[in-house]
Amino acid sequence: MISPVTACPVTIRIQADDFDIAREIAALTKSRTDIGAVVSFSGICRADDDSAKVSALTLEHYPGMAEDEIRRHADEATSRWPLNGVTIIHRVGRFMPGQNIVLVLTASQHRQAAFQAAEFLMDYLKTSAPFWKKEESATGTGWVEAHARDDEAAARWTKS
Amino acid sequence: MKVKYFAWVRERVGKAEETIEPPATVRTVEELIAWLSGRSEAYAYAFEKPKVIRAAIDHAHVKSDAAIAGAREIAFFPPMTGG
Repeated sequence: MISPVTACPVTIRIQADDFDIAREIAALTKSRTDIGAVVSFSGICRADDDSAKVSALTLEHYPGMAEDEIRRHADEATSRWPLNGVTIIHRVGRFMPGQNIVLVLTASQHRQAAFQAAEFLMDYLKTSAPFWKKEESATGTGWVEAHARDDEAAARWTKS
Repeated sequence: MKVKYFAWVRERVGKAEETIEPPATVRTVEELIAWLSGRSEAYAYAFEKPKVIRAAIDHAHVKSDAAIAGAREIAFFPPMTGG
């Protein structure tokens, strides 16, 4: 018996330029009639951190490994959930509060898979994709410390 | 082998990458960190808390007991904070 093959294009981009969410969703769903749900997550540079007002954020990454690591998690997401498309865009450079940093789009026939896969991808982007944030505030500049809560969020996907 | 440093590890070491030839007695990531730490105060400062440092061999995360034999590129960096 031949099982129906559903195409799941995966787009991964690391770029300095901003992204246009509407255009990315249109690209993901273009000429498709099998997609019933698209979940979109945007990560935005925030002024209020735990302590001080952030005036700017600089994102550094490990070229080559960042793409490879995101690809590994995108592949895991497409094997765990019935997805019809994934787009992950991570910006690098210096950002002001209010500017876009990251976009995750997941498309599926039904919403549940799309919601769960988007959350899974974001949890792993935060804890295992090689990106680092440096914050600028009135009190100086410093590297952002990793949060235990992010590790815990990623760990729940490995529980049976 | 090529070694790359990122974020505050890069700032403390004072360079983004270099080519090194550790002695054959240096077999694991942990031993490489110890060997690098002995090179200068800058390296010692970068690796002062070896448990905090993350490592990757040829673009894949590895643990501190991973063997470095055959590695083309080893990277050292702090815990990741992207997304």
